[in-house]
Amino acid sequence: MGSSSSSLNNVPDGQQLMQETGFSAAHLLRLYERFKFLDKDNRGHLRSEDFEAVPELSENPIGDRIVGAFFLPGQETVDFSSFVRVLAHFRPTEKNRTRAGAQPDPANSRNRKLKFAFRLYDQDRDGKISRIELLQVLREMLGMQVTEEQLQSIADRAIQEADLDKDDAISFDEFRKSLEKVNIDHKMSIRFLE
Amino acid sequence: RGESLTMIEKLEGQSLLRHEDDSEERRLKSDHHEHNEGHSNMSASTGVPIVSFKWHHVEPPYLIALWVLVSFLGKLVIEANHHVTTYIPESALLICLGFLLGGMIWGADKVQTFKLTPTVFFFYLLPQIILDSGYAMPNKLFFTNMGGILIHAIIGTCWNAATLGLSLWGCHKGGAMGDIDIGLLQYLLFGSLLAAVDPVAVIAVFEQVHVNEVLFIMVFGESLLNDGVTVVLFNVFDAFVSLGGGAIDAKEIVKGIISFFVVAFGGSLVGFVFGLLISLLTRCTKNIQIIEPGFIFVLGYLAYLTAEMLSLSAILSVMFCGMCCQKYINSNMDERSVQTVRSALKVFANGSETIIFVFLGISAIDKSIWVWNTGFILLTLFFILVYRFIGVFVLTWMMNRFRLVPISLVDQVIMGYGGLRGAVAYGLAVLLDETRIKEKNLMISTTLIVVYFTVIFQGITMKPLVQWLKVKRAALVELSLIEKVQNKVFDHALIAIEDISGQIGHNYMRDKWRNFEEKWMSWFLLKSSARKKQDRLFNVFHELNLQDAMEYVTEGERRGSLDFIRNENAFVDFKKKFDEDFAEAMPDIMADMAPDEAGASAMRGDPVPSVSLEMHEQNLRGLRQAEEINAHHLLEQHLYKGRKQHRHKFSRSHFSINQDENEVQEIFQRTMRSRLESFKSGKMGVAPPKTITKHTKREQQPKMPNGKNRSYYSGDEDFEFSEGDSASGYDASFPTRVSYRTGAGIENPAFMPDVDPSSPMHIPPWLADAELEVSPVAPSQRAQVRLPWMPGHLHRLSSLRTSPRSGDSVQEGDEQLPPPPPPPPRHDRDDNHL
Repeated sequence: MGSSSSSLNNVPDGQQLMQETGFSAAHLLRLYERFKFLDKDNRGHLRSEDFEAVPELSENPIGDRIVGAFFLPGQETVDFSSFVRVLAHFRPTEKNRTRAGAQPDPANSRNRKLKFAFRLYDQDRDGKISRIELLQVLREMLGMQVTEEQLQSIADRAIQEADLDKDDAISFDEFRKSLEKVNIDHKMSIRFLE
Repeated sequence: RGESLTMIEKLEGQSLLRHEDDSEERRLKSDHHEHNEGHSNMSASTGVPIVSFKWHHVEPPYLIALWVLVSFLGKLVIEANHHVTTYIPESALLICLGFLLGGMIWGADKVQTFKLTPTVFFFYLLPQIILDSGYAMPNKLFFTNMGGILIHAIIGTCWNAATLGLSLWGCHKGGAMGDIDIGLLQYLLFGSLLAAVDPVAVIAVFEQVHVNEVLFIMVFGESLLNDGVTVVLFNVFDAFVSLGGGAIDAKEIVKGIISFFVVAFGGSLVGFVFGLLISLLTRCTKNIQIIEPGFIFVLGYLAYLTAEMLSLSAILSVMFCGMCCQKYINSNMDERSVQTVRSALKVFANGSETIIFVFLGISAIDKSIWVWNTGFILLTLFFILVYRFIGVFVLTWMMNRFRLVPISLVDQVIMGYGGLRGAVAYGLAVLLDETRIKEKNLMISTTLIVVYFTVIFQGITMKPLVQWLKVKRAALVELSLIEKVQNKVFDHALIAIEDISGQIGHNYMRDKWRNFEEKWMSWFLLKSSARKKQDRLFNVFHELNLQDAMEYVTEGERRGSLDFIRNENAFVDFKKKFDEDFAEAMPDIMADMAPDEAGASAMRGDPVPSVSLEMHEQNLRGLRQAEEINAHHLLEQHLYKGRKQHRHKFSRSHFSINQDENEVQEIFQRTMRSRLESFKSGKMGVAPPKTITKHTKREQQPKMPNGKNRSYYSGDEDFEFSEGDSASGYDASFPTRVSYRTGAGIENPAFMPDVDPSSPMHIPPWLADAELEVSPVAPSQRAQVRLPWMPGHLHRLSSLRTSPRSGDSVQEGDEQLPPPPPPPPRHDRDDNHL
């Protein structure tokens, strides 16, 4: 794509984002298209209503959480660079290629991916998944299929499994340990189209 | 080995003694018996024979049964030598056993009487293997890697066939094979029959080296799907050969290509339709649970035969049949039936796999098929290996550009090396038409050599290679709830991210499919009761709980204290006494109880997750609070008892009771029974049953202590009784939550006092006595779990949850276990209710 580098200039902070997130110019262009599409009023930033306009998201049990993850704490809007930075978590990890100027811990590293997943639970950002937070997620995901007390015992059991220091909550370290065997790269990456 | 050898000797003795009409042709596993010798050993006496030896009468089935036995015994002997099977795969050993057996038969008969014929192989041995693999197929994994599998199965197989045929032809032209009469088309035909990787051989070898799942599914999926391609290629080239080179024009070639799509997709469609049919049928087999599993076998086989009849790909058909129906039948059918299907399919599949390999070995010991042509055979072997590797590397390289997680070089090597050929190729080779293909025997012997080489040599070296290359192995699957929860979160997160970033990818498609599936397919194909239990997360939870329950049972049995038995007797005595005394006195109650029991047994059909849920709940609490160790103890007792009582009640006339060996069901039954007892006693004390039923139903809800959190509390209360409740819950077709609650109202003896507080007064002394005897088990347990819904206990509940005790305290619990059942909880209960 010869034209991509020239049109990258249209993308705000294009070069810097490429460096930072590892997305190619074509990726960024495409994402910018999408961003502009979501940003119906051309405000240059997205608000949660813009996200909610995506029809499929309303069917997603944890859609709200994902949307929430785009917003930095205390902020009402998302600009393009933070939009891309969040999406960068979902890039597949490169095995052997090391980008020049890549940070030591890029957004698509295992650690960062996990951190992202962890924050989906940890809504109050106290660094722990409490029983109540876990229960909320479970409730959202299992819905009406399971009765409340079954949910509770599932939550109890899940916490019991992961909880190493017995504080009845899952810290990030415990979370990471409990998912040690899971191929995070596999499970938390999507293919971004160019 | 000695045992199986005696068997064989016996068999051969028989075959020598056999009295044969010369013209008669026999089949053993439809093997032709052209050549028979021996003389009559039958009693030709006149008059009424007292005993007559009628070998003829039973010969074909007898021989079949004996061969099956011999193969199985062979497998038994092989598997007994564990140190050998760690180095040499079983399939290779079975082939060698076949050589041995074949040698003996040859030595005895001077002709190979028993051979693997295509009819037997394709009609009687192959279907169950494929059905089993379809049924056990990890669907998600399969469809995730579908693209790669299809590319390898279609393009890879065509590539193998074309290159092998063309290269051999080229070598032939170059004079590497001497004087043989094979044309280009025949070479291509030969290439096409050898092109396909064989599912049977692949399963046999890969099952023993536990490579990672993606690698496995790539090779295995390819081996299954490429059947469609092979069949088409084979048929097309077969037709071309009979047409002769001149008559082939573009039209025929186009027809060949079209027929590929028809055969492959038609076959899959047939399988799909049969899969739906099975799923639908299992929706309504509630009353014939005994033969329920039979439908899967019969319809699966019919799917195979139907596809074969329509000259579509039978393997694809039966595979898709298994894949489509697995989810629905697993949820629709009774858990026992599911177990039956699983194990029966394994028996069939494993059995025929064994037989196939043994007969592949036996078939080799036959002078008449061996035509040696060094150039042809060695070149074939060489080309097969080389082109397989080239194909895999090239195709994977292309694929990796589109794959999220590329397939590593090491995995590619194993994929290439895993290109085992097997009985399918041999079966096709035997099918060749001798009149048109002069060198049929050369082709058969080459095919056999290729099969032996790939299965034996590559099979043996596969494991060291996998170790040497450090191929990523399959992770030991350890169920963990948090992982499952997390996987689900990942799934949803990916879908959401794809939605937000406007990508249409895998997850998007999967989500769409899932929505469709949930909306329509499940509605159409699942029983209403089964729909609820579909959730994967929930299933894991259920399995974990099952494990726990089993551990308790084992633990209880290991400790094997005698008071179990004593309690058991007491309980039974009580029940008997009660029955005797009051069968006449309270006919309406007995009558009323009968439907309950019927309901309970009908309900046993459903695997009841909530049963073990309760166990687990008790487990957790028991673990977390010192005083609840008693509950733990009681729980064990409870489970153990269920089992004992079960044995105790063994009777031929009560098949419905005896048939479930399943631990969970027993536990459930046991609980139901104790519920019934309490129910009876409850009823004894108060007004006539029917009014109570309605009464409780109405009254119970308003009595919940805390109006605001009512759903929570009532939730806990049905937790408390849901072993019993779930009976009505599953039976009834209401939404579950509602029915749970209703159930609690009807069958919950503990609520009787609520309805009529004076009831204890009315309980006759003997009954009170009896209740005391039961109490160590049922009521105190109830009392344990009652804690949550009394407001006064809420703080205790929360403290109990934060309590640092955890899973490893099972042992501790046992050590400090106070033998007598707990008075305090019982006290609790009395406080609350009386």
